[in-house]
Amino acid sequence: MTSEEIYEKLKPIIKIYLPDDISANEINKSSDLTRELNINSSHLVDIILDIEDVFDIEFKNEDMEKMRNVNDAIALIQQKVSK
Amino acid sequence: MKTQDLIEKLPYSEPFLFVNEILSVSTEKITGTYTFRRDAYFYEGHFKNDPVTPGVILTECMAQIGLVCFGIFLLNEEQVSENTKFVMSSTEIDFYRPIFPDEKVKVISEKIYFRFNKLKCKVKMLNIKDEIVAQGTISGMILKETVQP
Repeated sequence: MTSEEIYEKLKPIIKIYLPDDISANEINKSSDLTRELNINSSHLVDIILDIEDVFDIEFKNEDMEKMRNVNDAIALIQQKVSK
Repeated sequence: MKTQDLIEKLPYSEPFLFVNEILSVSTEKITGTYTFRRDAYFYEGHFKNDPVTPGVILTECMAQIGLVCFGIFLLNEEQVSENTKFVMSSTEIDFYRPIFPDEKVKVISEKIYFRFNKLKCKVKMLNIKDEIVAQGTISGMILKETVQP
């Protein structure tokens, strides 16, 4: 799966958890999930659980710490999907 | 971990402690009780001359037993320090019956999942007659030290 394909599947997942003060147009690959997109730690877990379902992969605790921005998420997904 | 130890590890004190006893706990489920004291501060104003336990306080009681006591158990004693913070992140509760001063309630919480330090549970509160008082889902995060909510 290319990073572009992953990004297209990832965007709608992130969109679900955006608070009202952030528009979906603000999502880009370098967006910091918590600082820029204002996603709280609880919804960050929801995003990971949704990613696991959509991509049929499993995240470990240390993966979550590595996931700061959208690009990090794409890289993690790509790495796990290709296994 | 003994059930009494769970209560001692709680970060709450009077007048905001809403757990008396943990009756049972396993990795899947916890059951605890609380009796609302007639002299609790919120009855003075909720409502004027008509004391009824506020829904937010029932929710708090459900969260203290069903999420925080449960979370401490799931984390294990040694991983809980004074710096461990418990943050409620989401609640969706329906209320069915009022709870008046001096009433005792039982809270039963079943784990939906506990992953990446997020605990999500299906929680219900019963009165002394085992009638449903409230039920719904509550989630919270267990944060270690410097992490901001």
